[in-house]
Amino acid sequence: MARASTPQKKAVATVAAWTIGLLIFFPILWTILTSFKTEADAIANPPKVLFFDWTLENYGVVQERSDYARYLWNSIVIAGGSTLLGLIVAIPAAWSMAFVPGKRTKDVLMWMLSTKMLPAVGVLYPIYLVMIRLGVLDTKGALIVVLMLINLPIIIWMLYTYFKEIPGEILEAARMDGASLREEILYILTPMAVPGIASTLLLNIILAWNEAFWTLNLTAAKAAPLTAFIASYSSPEGLFYAKLSAASTMAIAPILIMGWFSQKQLVRGLTFGAVK
Amino acid sequence: MNTKLRACLGACAVGALSAGAAWAETTITVATVNNGDMIRMQGLMDDFNAQHPDIKVEWVTLEENVLRQRVTQDIATNGGQFDVMTIGTYEVPIWAGQDWLVPLTDMPEGYDADDFLPAIAGGLSKDGTLYAAPFYGESSMVMYRKDLMEKAGMEMPEAPTWDDIKKAAEAMTDKEAEVYGICLRGKAGWGENMAFLSAMANSYGARWFDEDWKAQFDQPEWKATLDTYMDLMTNYGPPGASTNGFNENLSLFQQGKCGMWIDATVAASFVTNPNDSSVADQVGFALAPDNGLGKRGNWLWAWSLGIPAGSDAKDAAKQFVAWATSKDYTALVASKEGWANVPPGTRTSLYENQEYLDAAPFAKMTLDSINSADPTAPTVDPVPYTGVQFVAIPEFAGIGTQVGQEFSAALAGQQTVEQALEKAQALTTDEMEAAGY
Repeated sequence: MARASTPQKKAVATVAAWTIGLLIFFPILWTILTSFKTEADAIANPPKVLFFDWTLENYGVVQERSDYARYLWNSIVIAGGSTLLGLIVAIPAAWSMAFVPGKRTKDVLMWMLSTKMLPAVGVLYPIYLVMIRLGVLDTKGALIVVLMLINLPIIIWMLYTYFKEIPGEILEAARMDGASLREEILYILTPMAVPGIASTLLLNIILAWNEAFWTLNLTAAKAAPLTAFIASYSSPEGLFYAKLSAASTMAIAPILIMGWFSQKQLVRGLTFGAVK
Repeated sequence: MNTKLRACLGACAVGALSAGAAWAETTITVATVNNGDMIRMQGLMDDFNAQHPDIKVEWVTLEENVLRQRVTQDIATNGGQFDVMTIGTYEVPIWAGQDWLVPLTDMPEGYDADDFLPAIAGGLSKDGTLYAAPFYGESSMVMYRKDLMEKAGMEMPEAPTWDDIKKAAEAMTDKEAEVYGICLRGKAGWGENMAFLSAMANSYGARWFDEDWKAQFDQPEWKATLDTYMDLMTNYGPPGASTNGFNENLSLFQQGKCGMWIDATVAASFVTNPNDSSVADQVGFALAPDNGLGKRGNWLWAWSLGIPAGSDAKDAAKQFVAWATSKDYTALVASKEGWANVPPGTRTSLYENQEYLDAAPFAKMTLDSINSADPTAPTVDPVPYTGVQFVAIPEFAGIGTQVGQEFSAALAGQQTVEQALEKAQALTTDEMEAAGY
């Protein structure tokens, strides 16, 4: 390391990291705590932090009222499907931009990013009308395609950054050995880029899992994922915060656990290429 | 493939097809809001399924604002995702005018549509035809703390004036003990602060538009309305009231921090529920206040079930609507969950039922409040629109929310009442001109 790190500096850094970490995690922690309270305790002022009557009643009510498994399955299919489809499209795209860049590659990359700058609601009605015409409203397939398209710029950008780190000479050598383009991408590039692909995959599953605008607007009864499950517990007339918190906790639990187990890949993927 | 096997397969196929036809099931999708009465209905579906084994009901429950956006989007584009929609008194006249809703004319025998309260049915009809069936109706009223009134040596009249409200608020306020005389909506939105303020303005003789659709915020009646509102809220209201909506005020009231709260009649069952409310046994009810002009400051709303014209299962949807809004459904809820839990405010016969009147102490007040609101003549002077706390035109949701933001900003101290009214007048005039009025 370039700078000397004294124990004091280390202590300050540790305290700062924990403080920021807790601050960021606090809303989730509070949601989880509230889900174990009664409705009266949930709105108590001053708030009750740990000393309240812990209850599982809210989870019971939510379980009884909604078919959690169906929402969960829809979320898994939509988030997983859109990410996989995105990777299938993005890997060749990122390969071509990283290894055989043309004059306009940078512009194409910027243009793709610019689609993320448009507010989603601006294209809601055209997409909605197209879906009515095709008869695919409220189907998982349609949502997979829409979410794939929404996240595609991010997938391509991330993969492009990772691929740029891989020396082009290795691919060249494979080509000299007679590898076809398909073999080059499948057997040489992809295995080397696995950490990058893995973190892209994880990040996009999280993005697709939490996507609420399209999943709420394009679904009704059949394809509704967990975002619709949460929305069904929000109410402007009635204090159901504890039940809403229980529903939210159930909705984020799978993705939170997945993130927990894969945090090493996530962090590595996100900081990949940052240090040259 | 030999002939025998072919014959066998053919027979199987024919058998499967005919069995399928015999068990032809119609699936209807019902979009609804997350409130107690609607959730209760979902729990009582066994009764409907027993009566209609050929109809399968799928539920889409959404938060009110999300639901409104979803069903509007679906009905305007003829999306056909829903067969029954839970909509309010604001949407029904507009949608009926666009021919987006199926008229509820040939309902099953014994449905007794004439039994619906005239004020409620009037808000859901166009040219005398019912376009949505009311599931539950609500108005607004004063909820107050009997113990605090007693301590102050006062008594709440059954039909108070705004002066009575001010005196009571002053007497009950004890800011050091965090008890505020009155809690009212302050959060911006056409269904939030503007629902309350439009209804209050009616009692002051104010109106949104004159008969030529000219905005009326430059008239003294609106100034008088806002002056009273600001006086009450700044002197006797809770801090930060400009962000308080129904839920925030409910929370304050249940914790004993409000002397009075004027809001939806549906709140009565929450604040009197000892599981959630610390003041459950101390709540009294009174009619929404007036100002001696013959109009009270209460609103009128009915969550109703409508069938979109684009539905491909209209008959099945009608069966469901008829079941959910029938007298038999009321009796079913009463038998399973008690009379206090039946959906209120829709049928005259319910208020003639002694068992119900005994079980629901707020029943008479709800009925009186609903009956005293007239959507076709909401305020003192004649108006060109229908709606008590809203104006039933498509432009209103946008205009109402913008005006609500100005009034909320005034409550937050960011501008004066005069400035807020001036801006409200200007923006309403602009929007209405742009809309071609």
